[in-house]
Amino acid sequence: MIRQSAADMAQALAKKEVSAEELTKAHFERISTVDSKVKAFLHLDTEGAINAAKDVDQRRSRGENLPTLAGVPLALKDVMTQKGIPTTCGSKILEGWRPPYDSTVVTNLKRNGVVILGKTNMDEFAMGSSTENSAFHPTHNPWDLTRIPGGSGGGSSAAISAFEAPLAIGTDTGGSIRQPAAVTGTVGVKPTYGGVSRYGLVAFSSSLDQAGPCARTVLDAALLHEAIAGHDPKDSTSINAPVPKVVEAAKRADVKGLKIGVIKELQGEGYQKGVLDRFQESLEILSSLGAEIVEVSCPSFDYALAAYYLIAPSECSSNLARFDAMRYGMRTGEGSAEEVMNQTREAGFGKEVKRRIILGTYALSSGYYDAYYGSAQKVRTLIKDDFARSFDKAEILVSPTAPTTAFKIGEKSNDPLAMYLNDIATIPVNLAGVCAMSLPSGLATEDSLPAGFQIMAPAMADDRLYNAGAALERELLAKWGKPLLEMAPELL
Amino acid sequence: MAISYDEVITKYDPVLGLEVHVELGTASKMFCGCATVFGAEPNTQVCPVCLGLPGSLPVVNGKAIEYTIAIGLALNCSIAPFSRFARKNYFYPDMPKNFQTSQYDEPICVNGYLDLEVETEDGVKEFRVEIERVHMEEDTGKSLHVGGATGRIHGADYSLLDYNRAGIPLVEIVTKTIEGTGKYAPLVAKAYVKELRDILRGLGVSDVKMEQGSLRCDANVSLRPVGEKKLGIRSETKNVNSLRSVERAVRAEMIRHAGILGKGERVKQETRHFHENTGETTPGRSKEQAEDYRYFPEPDLVPVAPSKEWIEEIRSRLPERPSDRRKRLQDAWAVPDKEMAAMVNADVLDLVEESVKLGADPTKARGWWLGEIARIANEREVPASELSISPKDVAKIVELVGKGELTDKLARQVVEGVINGEGSPQDVIEARGFKVVSDDGALLAAIEKAIAAQPDVAEKVRNGHIPAAGALIGAVMKETKGQADASKVRSLLLKTLGQSE
Amino acid sequence: MSETPAISRSDVANLAKLARIEMTESELDHLSSELAVILNAVARVSEVAKGEIAPTSHPLPLVNVFREDQVAPSLTQEEALSGAPASEEGRFKVPQILGEEA
Repeated sequence: MIRQSAADMAQALAKKEVSAEELTKAHFERISTVDSKVKAFLHLDTEGAINAAKDVDQRRSRGENLPTLAGVPLALKDVMTQKGIPTTCGSKILEGWRPPYDSTVVTNLKRNGVVILGKTNMDEFAMGSSTENSAFHPTHNPWDLTRIPGGSGGGSSAAISAFEAPLAIGTDTGGSIRQPAAVTGTVGVKPTYGGVSRYGLVAFSSSLDQAGPCARTVLDAALLHEAIAGHDPKDSTSINAPVPKVVEAAKRADVKGLKIGVIKELQGEGYQKGVLDRFQESLEILSSLGAEIVEVSCPSFDYALAAYYLIAPSECSSNLARFDAMRYGMRTGEGSAEEVMNQTREAGFGKEVKRRIILGTYALSSGYYDAYYGSAQKVRTLIKDDFARSFDKAEILVSPTAPTTAFKIGEKSNDPLAMYLNDIATIPVNLAGVCAMSLPSGLATEDSLPAGFQIMAPAMADDRLYNAGAALERELLAKWGKPLLEMAPELL
Repeated sequence: MAISYDEVITKYDPVLGLEVHVELGTASKMFCGCATVFGAEPNTQVCPVCLGLPGSLPVVNGKAIEYTIAIGLALNCSIAPFSRFARKNYFYPDMPKNFQTSQYDEPICVNGYLDLEVETEDGVKEFRVEIERVHMEEDTGKSLHVGGATGRIHGADYSLLDYNRAGIPLVEIVTKTIEGTGKYAPLVAKAYVKELRDILRGLGVSDVKMEQGSLRCDANVSLRPVGEKKLGIRSETKNVNSLRSVERAVRAEMIRHAGILGKGERVKQETRHFHENTGETTPGRSKEQAEDYRYFPEPDLVPVAPSKEWIEEIRSRLPERPSDRRKRLQDAWAVPDKEMAAMVNADVLDLVEESVKLGADPTKARGWWLGEIARIANEREVPASELSISPKDVAKIVELVGKGELTDKLARQVVEGVINGEGSPQDVIEARGFKVVSDDGALLAAIEKAIAAQPDVAEKVRNGHIPAAGALIGAVMKETKGQADASKVRSLLLKTLGQSE
Repeated sequence: MSETPAISRSDVANLAKLARIEMTESELDHLSSELAVILNAVARVSEVAKGEIAPTSHPLPLVNVFREDQVAPSLTQEEALSGAPASEEGRFKVPQILGEEA
């Protein structure tokens, strides 16, 4: 039951072949079996989830017309507020905090009858590419428990991959949904900036953050996308336009005549051979379906990483200033308010967070603003322009999602720059505000670990992602004969 | 040996910069829907947004934008076609986000001016104060310091924070440097704040009560030797809570700076605190270095680009400017300049206008407000508007005097009675038994009595010596306890004694 | 090729003060060398960001997002104080504040 897609679960529920309560309990059982090894969850809301499931069952038995996903379980990245439920953002400084309000994403999920099982592990305040920066513990990749599940949303993707939940919510600031999806063999989407409300999404980098769907199939991701997206008057940066018809696009899955642009700068040196091979094969598949492959060049992408590691820390240095031990969260230390503030922030924030706060404070300081933050914002314009020019030549752009497959836990944790390089292909998307999806392209031959195929589309054209993604997924499934996740050596 | 103001002015040329913060009278806060009414229980008008809870996001109050544009237009500013919010980053427990959402290099209104007519000992002087910018920001929470001696921050054991006021919309109005005021600097500063206050009140955008903090003034003062072009070092004075304090603070700072400069020392660039009771300023906590606010554009808010149509629509709804209103009233009432200035200075113009609207003759209304009432207000050191007498009361009194039911002397007593809280004019009249004796019979009886008591004086009058009647009139007034209409007494008396005016 | 920007240990110490984080001596040591490396890598943005390029603060060209001036329900006092490390008489209780209000 737990190995089904969310779409199939939804159908079974609708046909009353299974109850929401049974489905939810089955998932909690799965979690209790495997999560001691995977460690995807930080908190399980057993009572709340079962009550929500029972409520769905009651309404269904009364003959109510329920939304498609009603009764389907979901794992929520611990960066989204859920009223009364511990929300830590993977940090000690928020350990034990129970928000007095729901994020709009959660409100939308509840309205759709989705059952939230619990909160998933993440790099502290979404800063990282491996989930090793969680203040609590790392999460382990279900494909190989000695390896990272990606980050910052490693918990969500690992949970999907380990069948602990069919759906999950992640957030993506520089690749934090897509890169974990790539290394766990699952699907992850960063919607167009403004497509999903950020109200209740604890901010890391406000002009880059976006919540999005994680799932095992493209159609599942589309169903979740439609459930959470839409205008929110509580978020001034949210788009006031109808949600793109992504479910319809996922069902259409037709790339005949589609112009696909391969970004020259996002391949070659630094990319693992197996990753590149799978990428090439996927391109060939799309080509065989009638798509036209062209090469595009985005020279400013060479500066994307640098711009990102100025903009994101700058915004986060300001966003994280509110954690000062005065109104909520951890309070430690003695003396004056200032001393308590300083000591709490020292004890409550981890290494990477402190590093970025200091970097951001520097980049914004008077005298340095123009050279650093100011320049990075200009590079952003160049990146937007490169995307715009490329989207004139092609309807979607593609690249490998991440340069390598999952590395070992501990391998890169002492080398910040090496860690940052994991996001080299995903970051440009966030800087421009456009949308992108990662879906599995297969296993890299060297290590039999999953590699991801990234599809990018212009702002508000999220449907193009799902159309092309579903087409590729269908062909790959046919090629493999079975879902990729069934090829995992120890997927428990 | 303290230096005198006159000496200061001979040697130095003052330069001012005034920053005024206005709390807008919107129903909800700047970035969220929490109520703005005063006096609620602590932390009952807060939400995730104004508490700065993780994950919260601001949404701009459209009315606040409208009000700010109105203020900019009233101050002759240009409205920026494109303006942005910015984060001003610094840590303080009364700031939930530890940054203030404000505006930095792209404010909504720029380059305006305000023309002032300042009443000085040398007559009415005109000054134009140029306005650098008008921008929007949010207010902080309020802290109570517990354990210290005076409830002030120094020496307190701990503090208690209430965030009800966090997020209240504020508009900041910043002048360009104000030069060329010379010895009138303190008066110009006061006149500026007053005129600004009147404009804001007229616009209906704020209740502008300085004592309550909905209008706050920070005064920047520097001195330079007369004739010098280079600006001196300035100090910023806060906690200036009344118009009178504006004048006093500027004056005090000018004298203090002069004292320092006179000794050949440098003025410290610092923030100072004005003390109402001493009229002096004391230094705030000196900071080792100026705080770097690390301003950057607020990513959670999108730019403000008001359309030309919207701006013109707001402009068309602007009320009459106070200076235009004053000219109009002056013409309508035929008031000489000096009296007009006196009314403005005593802050009774609104009260006089209101009294006139309720039927009082302008000259008579003015006479009361500027005369008896202003006298009592000065005695009690409060503004006339705070006394318990209203334009309605004054209009009534004017009416009664006009009808002859009150003499001027009685009316003065009624005014005093009303101010002392004895009730309405009618209440006072009844309570004290004031009744103008105008009944001829009663008057004649008193007249007969007076004539009988002073027959020789009466004889003088009969013989044509009219001025002598004064003594008899006085006697009659005494007899009637001052409640007789003096002019009526006079004419009746003369008639009785066979004389006419 | 940009030269390594100098970020000294005392720079980092000042930044830590500005960011209200009380760092240990060894943290300051490590951080200054790590940051020097990172800054070297990111400084290249100023190479390409020359001339009349407009900076991008918002990915979307949205303007004029306003709300009506209407009162909406607030949190209850209890909810507002629910996460407070300390409270008294309906207010957040914080230790003695040394600095003067700005």
